[in-house]
Amino acid sequence: MWRLSLLLAGALRMAAQEVGRAPEAAEVRQYGLTIAPDGKGLPAGKGTPAQGRELFSAKCARCHGEKAQGDIGPPLVGGQGTLATKKPLKTVGSFWPYAPTVWDYVHRAMPFDKAGTLAPDEVYSLVAYVLFLNGIVPENATMDAKSLAKVRMPNRDGFIPDPRPDVKRK
Amino acid sequence: MLQLGVGLGSGMLTRAQELRTLGKPLSGYGERSPYVKAARTTRQSKTPEAGSSASPLAEQYGILTPSALHYERHHAGVPAIDPAQHTLLIHGLVNRPLVFSMADLKRLPSVSRIHFLECGGNSGSEWQPKTGVDVQRSYGLASCSEWTGVPLRTVLELVGLKPEAKWMIAEGADACRMQRSVPLGKELDDAMLAYGQNGEPLRPEQGFPLRLLTPGWEGNIQVKWLRRLHVTAEPYYVRDETSKYSDLMPDGKARVFTLMQEAKSVITFPSGGQRLPGAGRYEVTGLAWTGRGKITRVEVTFDGGQTWQNAPLDAPVLRKAFTRFRLPWVWNGKPAAIASRATDESGYVQPTREELIAVRGTNSGFHFNGIKVWNIGADGSVTHVEA
Repeated sequence: MWRLSLLLAGALRMAAQEVGRAPEAAEVRQYGLTIAPDGKGLPAGKGTPAQGRELFSAKCARCHGEKAQGDIGPPLVGGQGTLATKKPLKTVGSFWPYAPTVWDYVHRAMPFDKAGTLAPDEVYSLVAYVLFLNGIVPENATMDAKSLAKVRMPNRDGFIPDPRPDVKRK
Repeated sequence: MLQLGVGLGSGMLTRAQELRTLGKPLSGYGERSPYVKAARTTRQSKTPEAGSSASPLAEQYGILTPSALHYERHHAGVPAIDPAQHTLLIHGLVNRPLVFSMADLKRLPSVSRIHFLECGGNSGSEWQPKTGVDVQRSYGLASCSEWTGVPLRTVLELVGLKPEAKWMIAEGADACRMQRSVPLGKELDDAMLAYGQNGEPLRPEQGFPLRLLTPGWEGNIQVKWLRRLHVTAEPYYVRDETSKYSDLMPDGKARVFTLMQEAKSVITFPSGGQRLPGAGRYEVTGLAWTGRGKITRVEVTFDGGQTWQNAPLDAPVLRKAFTRFRLPWVWNGKPAAIASRATDESGYVQPTREELIAVRGTNSGFHFNGIKVWNIGADGSVTHVEA
């Protein structure tokens, strides 16, 4: 009996030292997705540029302009070939290195005043449309977890590590 | 000229006639004098929830920024979070995924340290010819506070990192669920999960009830309203570390994970927009800071950089914190070009704007730490120098 109570006391002491608790799997899912640049974490669903065009007009054009040329919100198209010029235009098409990252950002943060309301199919459609506008996928493309991960963005190799300190004194 | 004997001008009152009004009663939470007007910059915007407000550094004394004047940078507004409902999930490449309540975190050993925080986009205007007109609008996305929290290491020990764990995706509870990839290395030795700021809970604008603090790194990675740390093997190249906060070089390549805020300083008095009332005695003062540790030296020039002299530093000089320098000065009433130049314990010397641009061009956008020159005119006006 005393052995049992000692064990119990030990277990209680252990419990008292634990801080935090193990989450349920469902609880972890509720926190939402994290999407890797290789597409890991992308959910089921799919969409096409045609479906995206309609959604864009309804939910995105207000800020990004009817043709995604930018307005209150930044432009989402154009700029390819400008990064090394005096007036670089950084857009999804010219600057963003990974397509799944576009999916992640639209899903996580857009629309600006209604973030988190877009269903996976809607996000695939919108991303398909924006990639199409940038000439990165054809109009008949279908974007899903697999095809989006295979998209090669024009500026995929445009990012380099931090070389600082880089400024030498005269 | 200072007026001595204020109020003694017209007809001196006798002691008995002195007018006195009963002061304000006690109050639960103090307010500053109505005569003090220093404020963050705000501007009209169709999306005021996304943007920045700069701290009035020229009106700050010492090294601590009042919490109410700490610079802001929000991407989707300031969320209103009930701390009793707030949790932090740590999962991914860990042995024991855990959820922490705020009460849980406060049971763990805590530390308080003074550190600066600077937006990676601070002084972004300085890359372009039209540079900022005053300290606030050119260097004001930086502030310094005493932060209190749990060392990040303590919490990561509780979950147990797997051998392949090299990064963590930090996520905020703001509407955009701000995410950044944070490298796990010894650079994080002084990182903490902060819940206190200048003796009270974090201000909502600084991440109430919990934020990541990685001293010396750009502000954006020190995710506010921290709700999740997803431990991974690789960075996720999320929007705010590729499309934003990366440094575009003249050859069209962009540097990523340029996290360190390099040594920087600026004279806050006399500075742009101020006016010296006349020749004579002044104290030149300003702030210096570096993400690489301690500031070891600040030099000041009065002749546009031809000659420099050391400015004494307030003691103690703290690691990765604002450092105050002060130098008595007698102005002879002639035009002067004044500037400060910081050196840190790594030997790094704050460069000129021209030296920075020679290496990085003008489209870099972020992480500007060049020397800021103020012109003092014969009339005492202090103005910025346009490129």
